[in-house]
Amino acid sequence: MRPKSKNNKTLTAILLIAPFIVCYLVVFAYPVYKMFAMSFTDAPLIGEGDWVGLENYVRMFQHKLFYTSVYNTLYFVGLTVVPNTLIGLGIAMMIVRLNGMVQAGILILFFMPYILPVTVVTQIWQWVLDQQFGVAQPLIEAVTGKRISVFRDPLWAMPMVALITIWWTNGFNVLLFISALRNIPTDYYEAASLDGATRMQQFRRITWPLLWPVTALVLTLQLIMQLKIFDQIYLMTQGGPFNSTYVLLQLVYREAFGRNQGGYASAVAVALFVLIVAVSILQYQLLKARGKS
Amino acid sequence: MGQIKTGNVLLLVFTVIAACAWAFPLYWAIVTSIKPESEVVAGTTFLPETLDISAYVFALLETNIVRWYINSIGTSVLITLIVIVISMMCGYALSQLVFPGRRALFLIVLASFMVPSQALVVSQFILMHKFGMVDSWAGIILPQVIIPVVVIVYKQFFDSVPRELREAAKLDGCSEFQILFKLYLPLNWGITAALSIITFIMSWNNFLWPFLVITSEEMMTITVGITQVGDAFGVKYARDMAIAVMAAMPVAIAYLVFQRRVTQAIMLSSGIKG
Repeated sequence: MRPKSKNNKTLTAILLIAPFIVCYLVVFAYPVYKMFAMSFTDAPLIGEGDWVGLENYVRMFQHKLFYTSVYNTLYFVGLTVVPNTLIGLGIAMMIVRLNGMVQAGILILFFMPYILPVTVVTQIWQWVLDQQFGVAQPLIEAVTGKRISVFRDPLWAMPMVALITIWWTNGFNVLLFISALRNIPTDYYEAASLDGATRMQQFRRITWPLLWPVTALVLTLQLIMQLKIFDQIYLMTQGGPFNSTYVLLQLVYREAFGRNQGGYASAVAVALFVLIVAVSILQYQLLKARGKS
Repeated sequence: MGQIKTGNVLLLVFTVIAACAWAFPLYWAIVTSIKPESEVVAGTTFLPETLDISAYVFALLETNIVRWYINSIGTSVLITLIVIVISMMCGYALSQLVFPGRRALFLIVLASFMVPSQALVVSQFILMHKFGMVDSWAGIILPQVIIPVVVIVYKQFFDSVPRELREAAKLDGCSEFQILFKLYLPLNWGITAALSIITFIMSWNNFLWPFLVITSEEMMTITVGITQVGDAFGVKYARDMAIAVMAAMPVAIAYLVFQRRVTQAIMLSSGIKG
């Protein structure tokens, strides 16, 4: 090959990748660098600051609200990740047994919430759960004996946000599980029932093991997504009552935009960043190991 | 056989009830939005006794909702266009061209799957401030144009286009750009449609970023804007629901019309071939 044509090829490649690379460097790579760099300074949100070494991190580990936020973030993750995955699997198993129009219609009903903007979801649920006129209050009254303003009650606020999040995001898991269930050859079940296996046995010996790779995927995606919780909390409880729903990303938001502490906010953002990257690597490895055994 | 049938009917009934219960809040929002406020607070009626669209009229006339629609449509369409074009070009280069650093670029794109963009909002905001883009469409759009998974999906699809087509086009004297836009793109319209729809829906629904970068009510997207109505005018349930329905309408319709594509895009972006 002549050198000129090789140069031409490289030039074409550069032209093709340049727009992506430039955008990537500007709005993705640079902000990552900037976040780390700022976390070692006392910079305000806008403007330069001085190098302060690890001061922000020291401060973070002495900050009571930081621990509250970590705890609440993990609490929220615990309330959502596994239940959301199991509910998604259950719904998918109901849907795959149906056919044609009925199946399509049912899937729409379960999936629709996922497509909605978060503000629409929170508006709807604030109305459904409204203490005075909410349509769900009779249900709450039947269980607890009284009407409860769920977003103002430290005991109820986080589980309710978790429940609403499951309602909102479950459709995604349902879709993934439906496609996985469809990929299991039906002869497996036919052979199993010829051998006299019960439905439960079929599920434990066929469905669950074959589904494990997708289950692992769903769990990982859920975990990463729920660690980044902010929108629903901010819109429904603002972190209250008594900081009982305060989460990490909200601490970032408060320090940066509410208290003009760019450096400290960046340190908390770094903590969140590291947590998510570490968890995704760790969980991926764990699930891969378990999937093999 | 009869026993299995009964089981199936029971399962069907249970599934239908569960699905209706699941979707009930949506129904409730729509029903509330077409009731007069007086009926809304008078007690629970599952069907409206009087049909009243004044909540919608109020939203259209008394709030900035039309402005918010324009902002949402404008920014979401532009984000979608930019995402598709730059990712497709990059995916094509990764798939079809040999150039120094190709492997590294591929790994960088893959690695960025793990980066939580939410953790970057502070430094992205500072950047937008430096560019003078706070409170503008450009400020909403720019940080949303990098979606690494779109690059990877395009690369995978371009990988499976038969080499012979490409060789034939080369013999005809086509440049790489012509091959991409006249051969590879038309062959992959389906996936382009799927990725476009999901990108549009995602940018329409984005709350955190537009919420941070927009400071004036006129520049808000509808997803952010609808939270303002309650603050400014006090609580009115029918009106809040009417506005929520209006904010959700475009994405809900996009989903209903392009259901298959939305499903496909979700499968592809989570690593399952759809």
